[in-house]
Amino acid sequence: MPINEANQEIKKEWKPKIVAFCCNWCSYAGADLAGSSRLVYPADVKIIRVPCSCRVNPMFILRAFEKGADGVILCGCHPGDCHYSTGNYYTRRRMTLLFSMLDYIGVEKGRTRVEWVSAAEGVKFSTVMNNFVSKIYELGENVKVGDLRCKE
Amino acid sequence: MQRVSAKVLSRVRELMADGTVTKVVGWKKGEFFYDCTPFVFETVESLDELVYDSFCAANLSKYMIKNSVIPEGQTGKVLVLLKPCDTYSFNQLLTEHRIVRENVYILGVGCEGMADIERVKAQGIKGITGASEKDGILTVETVYGNKEVAVKDVLVNKCETCKGKAHVIYDELISENEDEGAAGDRFEGVRALEAMTSEERFAFWKAELSKCIRCNACRNACPACSCRKCVFDNNASGIASKANTDSFEEKMFHIIRAFHVAGRCTDCGECTRVCPQGIPLHLFNRKYIKDINEFYGDYSAGETAGQRGPLINFTKDDVEPQIVSDREGN
Ligand code: SF4
Ligand code: SF4
Ligand code: SF4
Ligand code: FES
Repeated sequence: MPINEANQEIKKEWKPKIVAFCCNWCSYAGADLAGSSRLVYPADVKIIRVPCSCRVNPMFILRAFEKGADGVILCGCHPGDCHYSTGNYYTRRRMTLLFSMLDYIGVEKGRTRVEWVSAAEGVKFSTVMNNFVSKIYELGENVKVGDLRCKE
Repeated sequence: MQRVSAKVLSRVRELMADGTVTKVVGWKKGEFFYDCTPFVFETVESLDELVYDSFCAANLSKYMIKNSVIPEGQTGKVLVLLKPCDTYSFNQLLTEHRIVRENVYILGVGCEGMADIERVKAQGIKGITGASEKDGILTVETVYGNKEVAVKDVLVNKCETCKGKAHVIYDELISENEDEGAAGDRFEGVRALEAMTSEERFAFWKAELSKCIRCNACRNACPACSCRKCVFDNNASGIASKANTDSFEEKMFHIIRAFHVAGRCTDCGECTRVCPQGIPLHLFNRKYIKDINEFYGDYSAGETAGQRGPLINFTKDDVEPQIVSDREGN
């Protein structure tokens, strides 16, 4: 196969970029547990550790999309279990309103998700990620919410 | 309106002359008779230029952040003219500790709806040179003679769905009208969009947002947008100025601007009013207001000072974000 064609073959094979914001105290530990229990989740997921789910400013989510993410998932402790007592209750309100707004401007609502994952839920972590990634494969490449100004 | 206006002008003069107030934040005629511009009057003589008519839609509450701070060595209060809807913004700013209440003398002024010059022109009236209002009828002077038009047919967007003519905060009131608000349903536009398919909504916003020139007027006029340092002034962000790459790229600015004021926006309508491109910004703000009402119970920002806004509050059994995907619709 000529090199050019081979290159195109490679290009065609699209891999989603997925950003997962995980709070330090539960979900990140959950991800760790998933790892040490040798549970698999797709390598397309890039985890960003945050001190608490409520550290995630709605701008972070839009920013990830602008820079080319195809899906953004936010994981935190279960409501009531936040290390800082109430952080995730605020997260819940903010994300509900943000997701609703994204839907309102016609951006696929499936590209954003919030999941509560505790430190003991390695299995849940891997299932959640697998589900989310397959959802993003279904939706395909993010073409609506990118921003050329923000890409290197 | 005309009677109220005359009373307002003479009362302001009185209060300034007897020393009750030393400054007046009001409106002054701009380059054209219809652009009544916010202005700080500091002498009795300058009050000759004070106006209060059907083109005073500008909300003056934001100016009280700066003007309610009395420099050391000076005394006296600052008078501000507030229409009923403006008082909500004032209350909201009090809630956020942005205004020194004891330095302000609020003269609540009655309102019968403000006229939008663009809508006057849209009625086919050309060569406009002046206008005066009496009993709800706007007499427009033009180079072709006088034309009459009802104020209610040329209302500023926000006045179509007025919250009501009662002031929620004031020190003194000059008003002849305490009616309920206008009959319009303020969520009509939001509902219409919600009823569309996702693709239609995307197309709608793409068309609207591509008009945005990022002049930031919507932010600058907004009483809720009073941060000392705004995220959109950060040049390193890559989104501080106009995009010229893709017509949808101003979405970030719009979603975040509206998000920052969610739960604090009093729906005062300034953003939509000042947008030179005619972008219906209220459709963003009202979407947040509508969602907040539906998810967390009815809330009206600025109704009373000291309320705890919905985004700095929670209950243990709030809905999960998943509701957005689960609910009916497209
Ligand atoms: S006022 Fe209108 S054109 Fe200016 S930044 Fe706001 S939306 Fe864009
Ligand atoms: S967002 Fe618009 S309607 Fe809301 S407070 Fe600001 S200027 Fe008023
Ligand atoms: S857009 Fe946000 S950061 Fe800027 S002034 Fe408004 S609320 Fe403040
Ligand atoms: S620490 Fe995990 S959500 Fe707050």
